[in-house]
Amino acid sequence: MTQFLQGLLRLRRGPWEMVASILIGLGVVMLMQPVLMIAFTYSFIVTLTGTVMFLIVSHFPE
Amino acid sequence: MTDSTVDRLAQATPPTLARKVKGLSDRAIAWLFIAPTIFLLLAVNIFPLIWTIRLSFTNYRVNRPNSDVDWVGTRNYERILTDEDTWEKMQATAHFLISTLAIQVLIGFALAYLINKKFKGDALWTTIIVFPMMLSPAVVGNFWTFLYQPQIGLFNTVVGTILGTDPASFSMIGDVHLAPWAIVIVDTWMWTPFVMLICLAGLRSIPESIYEAAECDRASGWRQFWTITIPMVLPFLMLAVLFRGIENFKMFDLVVQLTGGGPGNTTTLTSIDLKREAFERWRTGYASAYAIILFVTVFGLASIYVKALNKVKER
Repeated sequence: MTQFLQGLLRLRRGPWEMVASILIGLGVVMLMQPVLMIAFTYSFIVTLTGTVMFLIVSHFPE
Repeated sequence: MTDSTVDRLAQATPPTLARKVKGLSDRAIAWLFIAPTIFLLLAVNIFPLIWTIRLSFTNYRVNRPNSDVDWVGTRNYERILTDEDTWEKMQATAHFLISTLAIQVLIGFALAYLINKKFKGDALWTTIIVFPMMLSPAVVGNFWTFLYQPQIGLFNTVVGTILGTDPASFSMIGDVHLAPWAIVIVDTWMWTPFVMLICLAGLRSIPESIYEAAECDRASGWRQFWTITIPMVLPFLMLAVLFRGIENFKMFDLVVQLTGGGPGNTTTLTSIDLKREAFERWRTGYASAYAIILFVTVFGLASIYVKALNKVKER
């Protein structure tokens, strides 16, 4: 966990890609889940944030 | 290429062209070769994407080219993401996507595993199994409509005989609960061979020596399956899931032919809804926002999936 946080602080690719992946996954689940309408409403902004973040952080150093 | 071939090519090059190319650096020549491809990519992919993003913030209607186009900000996105009907269509798409992927991977891998065990006539069986994949979705949709007929359909007759019920007592296409499964069955029938072929390629790429070494170490068949077969086929399986996932996310023709999105809206997938918004209700701006939402979803998923695929390959 400490290593993960240090990676985030030092702008390392691995941890940031993981954060972006979690956001994308969460966004897609929010988009397609049948339970909460509010989750569907905010799904796109979560997916978009994750996708843009993924594009940026994939250029970070290893 | 041999020297003589190079000489012949040099002699065949028109002198005017040769003179022009002679003064260019290697980098410039490389750019010269890839420029048409880059131009095509920009014209066919990038420009329409940027144009769609622009249109998604307007109230543009393509059937009213002379009317005023107003900038509406994020209103199209807000309307889509607060619409319960759109939410239901997303759920229908999720049901279709998850069901088809799970069933196709399971059956596809099982078939590939069986075909990989060499037996008499395995090539013939492979050809027979692959046959549905070669048909047009429109044709498949049409003849499955006949198979699903409650009175005369072969599917109903077979299921009715197995379950001991009247074949006319249920309608796969007309029933709200059965229709989503009707499209899953047809897509599975048509595209499982594709997953099977990719898995078969993966299975045949595993060197026999690995299994022989495992035999020497007295590894059981079950252990060999989980520690050799599955890890080595996994990249292929993931590729199959990626291809089928993207394809099924934009599934259109098969479902339109089979159910037309009905009964009600139970099989109206997002691609069908998008087409109706764009080319039946002519709300181009709204449809553009809808398309961008779907694009970002698929693009995001594909990005993390490709990353996972690369990790599996590196192992």
